[in-house]
Amino acid sequence: MARYFLRRIVQAVLILLGVSFITFFLLYVLPADPVRQIAGRSATAATVENIRAQLGLDQPFVVQYGRYLAGLVQGDLGRSYLQKTEVAELIASRLPATLQLMLAGIAAELVLGLGMGIAAALLRGRAADQALMMTSFVTVSAPQFVVSLLLLYVFAVKLGWFPIGGYGTWAHLVLPALTLGILGSGWYSRMMRSSMIDVLRADFIRTARAKGLTQSRVVLRHALPNAILPIIAMIGIDIGVFMGGIVVVESVFGWPGIGQLAWQAIQRVDIPIIMGVTLVSACAIVLGNLLADVLAPFVDPRIRLR
Amino acid sequence: MKKWLTSTALVLTLALPVAAQDYTPDPAAKAGGSITVTYKDDVATLDPAIGYDWQNWSMIKSLFDGLMDYVPGTTVLRPGLAESYEISPDGLVYTFKLRAGVKFHNGREMTAEDVKYSLGRVTDPATQSPGAGFFGSIAGFDKAGPDGLSGVEVVDPLTVKITLSRPDATFLHVMALNFASVVPKEAVDEAGADFGKKPVGTGAYKLAEWTLGQRLVFEKNADYWRPGVPFLDNVVFEVGQEPVVALLRLQNGEVDVPGDGIPPAKFQEVMGDPAQAAHVVIGGQLQTGYITLNVKTPPFDKVEVRKAVNMAINKDRIVQIINGRAVVANQPLPPSMPGYTKDYAGYAYDVEGAKKLLVDAGLADGFETDLYVMNTDPNPRIAQAIQQDLAAIGIKANIQSLAQANVIEAGGAGTAPMVWSGGMAWIADFPDPSNFYGPILGCAGAGDGGWNWSKFCDEGLDAKATEADSMADPAKAEDRLKLWSDVYMGVMEQAPWVPVFNEERYTMKSERMGGEDALYVDPVSIPVNYDYVWVKQ
Repeated sequence: MARYFLRRIVQAVLILLGVSFITFFLLYVLPADPVRQIAGRSATAATVENIRAQLGLDQPFVVQYGRYLAGLVQGDLGRSYLQKTEVAELIASRLPATLQLMLAGIAAELVLGLGMGIAAALLRGRAADQALMMTSFVTVSAPQFVVSLLLLYVFAVKLGWFPIGGYGTWAHLVLPALTLGILGSGWYSRMMRSSMIDVLRADFIRTARAKGLTQSRVVLRHALPNAILPIIAMIGIDIGVFMGGIVVVESVFGWPGIGQLAWQAIQRVDIPIIMGVTLVSACAIVLGNLLADVLAPFVDPRIRLR
Repeated sequence: MKKWLTSTALVLTLALPVAAQDYTPDPAAKAGGSITVTYKDDVATLDPAIGYDWQNWSMIKSLFDGLMDYVPGTTVLRPGLAESYEISPDGLVYTFKLRAGVKFHNGREMTAEDVKYSLGRVTDPATQSPGAGFFGSIAGFDKAGPDGLSGVEVVDPLTVKITLSRPDATFLHVMALNFASVVPKEAVDEAGADFGKKPVGTGAYKLAEWTLGQRLVFEKNADYWRPGVPFLDNVVFEVGQEPVVALLRLQNGEVDVPGDGIPPAKFQEVMGDPAQAAHVVIGGQLQTGYITLNVKTPPFDKVEVRKAVNMAINKDRIVQIINGRAVVANQPLPPSMPGYTKDYAGYAYDVEGAKKLLVDAGLADGFETDLYVMNTDPNPRIAQAIQQDLAAIGIKANIQSLAQANVIEAGGAGTAPMVWSGGMAWIADFPDPSNFYGPILGCAGAGDGGWNWSKFCDEGLDAKATEADSMADPAKAEDRLKLWSDVYMGVMEQAPWVPVFNEERYTMKSERMGGEDALYVDPVSIPVNYDYVWVKQ
């Protein structure tokens, strides 16, 4: 077990190093000059070069990347070029909202997706199954902006059940989480349906039924735990995706998550923020997958961590 | 324009008493209350030496003051922290007498030392101010550093003397820019790089709260030196708000001013509904949207080709694409800018004439080129209209729709044959014709990385521009504007740009907002002049 974790930690460090290198390199070769953004349109050539030198952007790639890594190992993510604020502070200010939306969004995906998936598997081939799968197809392909605005318009503006965007209370969290739940439920329901159909065909299910167990007991106690393994892997991926920010949903609901920070930084080539957010997102993906792997043996004892 | 001319002549008169340009706030105005303003993008900084976004510009204006200011809702200069000023006969020495008893938000009294420090700070390369270049006419600018500017001298605690290295007719406007705001050294030293998050000024409001990525709260400065203002107790800025949602919240009574304006998708709906349209204030804007034609890149090195492109563009149709929120342009300066040439007709839309010019240039079969454009709506749609217009005269333009920074880079590097300026279009920093020339049409901006994306450089016109900016004598104000008009007509003769339109401003406000309409389309404080607006209940 200890060796397993040690190996995974070493893997994680290598992945993060790789991600940081690739991102830094892409930003380096990007045909856009952050110094121009800082210096403004009236700056003289001398001012531009002065700023470039101050930020060390006149140095070769290896020197720039080396300096960034040296800061990183000391926990220094640098300062935003345009906001002049510590990147760590900017990211920390966005983390609570990002975490809340991630957890609530995944919960909504699971409730909707698993519910639809199990129902479709049990009603396989019937009209209800087709209707559910059609629904899942629609939710998978629906644009985030449309779903977000539709929910906001109906439940906040027209019915007045929830606030029109914003952050702070549980009521603010419901609609953005529901949006993510609806958008993600299609993937989960399809995955759950196919996994459940496989399990429902298995001998042990037939045995359980032969023993005279109720349908609900067969499904919830015997079939579900065996069918849920691929879902756990999907949750691991979702943790990473959501921690990287969900720009559109955050924007419509005025949710102060990490996505909006990243989006604005990308527009203005604010390299320290882009690097910081990318690394946080990469960390989340690594941790999400690690969590999924660690949970797997508990769900399915046939799996062992090696 | 006339109004501006009169005021400029007044301002340039020696030792002007303050009352001459003072502004009488709405007598019906009530003190108290709070308003909510929304923005999509976060506020980057409130440091007046750094802030250059359209959100933070008016916020900074309300937190800080400079020596000069504008009469609310107009482009008319009036003294700010300076009580009066004198200009030497040669136009090289400006002596400002400061108001006594003006206090910073930290309680300390503002003095001439603070003015010297602030101008030194903004021009110090270590500050990395995007506005440093505006102060280029102050003596010692070339050697600006941590020791400040040699041209700024403290005569006594309430008198500061600024010596210029050359006459600069725009200098009083420069002193009204946010970049010239007066800041207290001790507060800057204490906050260090975080001064932009912990601003301390002399302005009408002080920062009470800033929750990063969520909201900022401005609180009335009870010790503000201008009597009777501001009216509001608080201004709350909520950031990260999608404009469509901000509009829904305004209709629900939760928002007073959507800072990003009316979203294009909702514009027809809002303007078509008399109840909503009644809350929209329309005003001019010192802005021009244009297409640059890189004169160094064949075939745009031929003036006939540039003129042909000017004649091929159906500008009325482009204005329709943005819901008619603009007027068609025929020259670089917007119509409300002094120096605008009223009797100039520009290049008329004439497809056959354009084709003929291409034939004259030896390009009867047309040619292929690239049109760079910023990738946010409505710019790609405008680019498509331009593309179709060009196709009609045989030019095949491939649209390169990219992020803002990439378009700026391609324009600056000179690799973009054509750039549609939308999303990055020039909005004047101050209401003077010189502001539309130097960086975007002058030789200074035509170098690698400069904002003169057409790489147009005419030394004769540059000399005229320099001559115009040296005419600081108020008696020559008319001559100066004539000279500027000649410069822009000279530019149009060589057609390095296709001026397309001048955008108009549409500010929406809630029913409870009070104050004259001009405050809601203030040319300097966008979207709203927070110091003078008020709420009815």
